[in-house]
Amino acid sequence: MTLQTILPVQAAQIKEWAEARGEAAWLTERRLQALELAASLELPKPEKTKLDRWDLSAYGAFKSVAKTASREELPAATKEFIEEGTHNLIVQHNSGVVYTELSEELRAKGVIFTDLETAAREHEVLVKKHLGTAVKTSEHQVSALHYAAWTGGVFLYVPKNVELEVPLQAVFLTDDASATFAPHILVVADANSRVTYVDNYVSTGLDGKVLHNGVVEVIALDGAKVQYATVHQFGKEVTDLSYRRALLSNDADIEWIVGEMNDGDTIADTATSLNGNGTHSDAKIIAIGSGTQKLNFTTRAVHFGKSSESDMFTRAVMREEAQSIINGITKIEHGATKANGQQTEKVLMLSPAARGDANPILLIDEDDVMAGHAASVGKVNPEQVYYLMSRGISKTDAERLIIYGFLAPIIAEIPLELLRTRLQRIVERKLGQ
Amino acid sequence: MATKFVIEGLKAEIEGKEILKGINLEMNGGEIHAIMGPNGTGKSTLASALMGHPKYEVTEGSATLNGEDVLEMGVDERALAGLFLAMQYPSEIAGVTNSDFLRSAINARRGEGNEISLIKFIRQMESSMKGLEMNPEFAHRYLNEGFSGGEKKRNEILQMMMLDPKVVILDEIDSGLDIDALRIVANGVNEMKNEDRGFLIITHYQRLLNYITPDFVHVMMQGRIVKSGGPELAARLEQDGYDWIKEELGITDETVGQEQEA
Ligand SMILES: Nc1ncnc2c1ncn2[C@@H]1O[C@H](COP(=O)(O)OP(=O)(O)OP(=O)(O)O)[C@@H](O)[C@H]1O
Ligand SMILES: [Mg+2]
Repeated sequence: MTLQTILPVQAAQIKEWAEARGEAAWLTERRLQALELAASLELPKPEKTKLDRWDLSAYGAFKSVAKTASREELPAATKEFIEEGTHNLIVQHNSGVVYTELSEELRAKGVIFTDLETAAREHEVLVKKHLGTAVKTSEHQVSALHYAAWTGGVFLYVPKNVELEVPLQAVFLTDDASATFAPHILVVADANSRVTYVDNYVSTGLDGKVLHNGVVEVIALDGAKVQYATVHQFGKEVTDLSYRRALLSNDADIEWIVGEMNDGDTIADTATSLNGNGTHSDAKIIAIGSGTQKLNFTTRAVHFGKSSESDMFTRAVMREEAQSIINGITKIEHGATKANGQQTEKVLMLSPAARGDANPILLIDEDDVMAGHAASVGKVNPEQVYYLMSRGISKTDAERLIIYGFLAPIIAEIPLELLRTRLQRIVERKLGQ
Repeated sequence: MATKFVIEGLKAEIEGKEILKGINLEMNGGEIHAIMGPNGTGKSTLASALMGHPKYEVTEGSATLNGEDVLEMGVDERALAGLFLAMQYPSEIAGVTNSDFLRSAINARRGEGNEISLIKFIRQMESSMKGLEMNPEFAHRYLNEGFSGGEKKRNEILQMMMLDPKVVILDEIDSGLDIDALRIVANGVNEMKNEDRGFLIITHYQRLLNYITPDFVHVMMQGRIVKSGGPELAARLEQDGYDWIKEELGITDETVGQEQEA
């Protein structure tokens, strides 16, 4: 007797929803295959976290949304993240994208910036070629279910040699607990292009549980440079499963800047596959845990290319009863000569009931490489508190300054000013101030 | 009100070991007191106990500033009451810029709703830094992080100048300073001298006292002030060292905890 996995999404629903969206047949076919695969796959196994005990069922149902051409009509919760002068913007509200804007200038350069559903119709060749190449359907049950159920999402294509100065932005909002919320972001940066993309994930007014099963794929072709900044700040009703993956061809470059500010349980895996020679990956993550959150954050760099370099830098603050596992995995494959992989994980513990496990892992199959790691878990230094207080600063403010100081080096890297100041406020909120 | 700072019978211990064994000292606004003494005799302990370092436990005595016992106050309250300690080893705090830190300290004094305007603060900071011949970039550097020994000392003086305290304790402010910096720092102190402010200067060397003339010089040994005098005492110590005092008082080992039990 084989044990039949009961999936939270059914084939009949997938078909029905695809029809409602007027989806291309090839895409629906892929979804159904993914769903079939999901039944035979196991859950992912992040270090020291038992996902089988998590409730991962709140996929909801696809609900179509009305598009709007006016920014004024966007939900208030999304508007506060939109930078004043931004003309390149996508907003997703629950199951679908409601707003898309791309400036004439970028359009003229051949940039594509639209929801992934539309892209699958209008740019079939490109989407078909890259969708599912960085995060594979077959990785585990969660990825397979994502490929079966994703909705809305973003497709960003930057043509060869096009260098964009202004950041492109997206905001994702879930406020209806019965609606599927599983955006897929696909960024393709063609040879020698350069782009910055920034997004926010938010929730408001939920009256039930929501599962965010989200995937980000960045394909950076030869010599392309991508900067990807993302801030997640879901409320505690949302369980966040986020898999982000970049594939780098020769001399390509990715910079991840990630703010993990959710109030709910979270699994986030931010990884780069350094396939080409001379590639470079940089990942900076800040995270704050509070309440009784269960958190598992992984940064990962896998080196295949020669002279490839990776840097990973995580700073996390844990308060109250937050439980966190923080993994850094540097893998250098045989043949990746002159590769250099460095990682640091630092955790600041603000309460004795919180947990912060930092696990630096180096897996090296090549001799001619450099690799290093540093990990620390500590409390606020009482000498530093004393020093600040001796200048008249209250204990609360002294600790606040020290905690901000701990996170500051990463916040300073955020490429949008509005997002930077926003993040500061989110940090304040997460720290209970 | 004229500043009056009185330490009476101050005893303090660290990790159960008594270091200060009854310190008495009276200091008025406008006065400069120097504290000298060999290594390990309790000078920094006195400074730390007065400021309220969490590791030191005061077991007896009082330290009143204009009638109020600062030893009853929290560290921040002591600072707000007018105490300032330039530390022998200032902490480094990554991620907090010097200017953010100083602005927080100034605003803590001014209170909510009365915060200093950014422009005014920057002007004040720039002019103080100029006086200390500090590179303007130090405003944006993280607090003491990677500062050289001398740069840290200058930064302590910068804080003193901007926080306008009533009782200033300088713990070896001269150590690690080059000759020019010594003069600059001493000038900073001299400029701050007024009738409302008293200085307690811990130092090993006469050279600082060449620039800042003390009204009183105290010598510490074994956790006590064992001798007090005028500026001539410092000059004598520079010339002859401490042996003559030890002989005079019958002390063989001057450090704390080494005295013979009765
Ligand atoms: N944590 C501690 N545990 C035990 N003894 C301590 C501790 N901290 C300080 N002491 C001792 O207290 C004594 C006084 O130290 P203090 O730093 O006050 O000396 P000092 O006079 O400032 O010396 P220096 O001139 O070298 O700066 C020393 O013998 C020192 O070893
Ligand atoms: Mg000392």
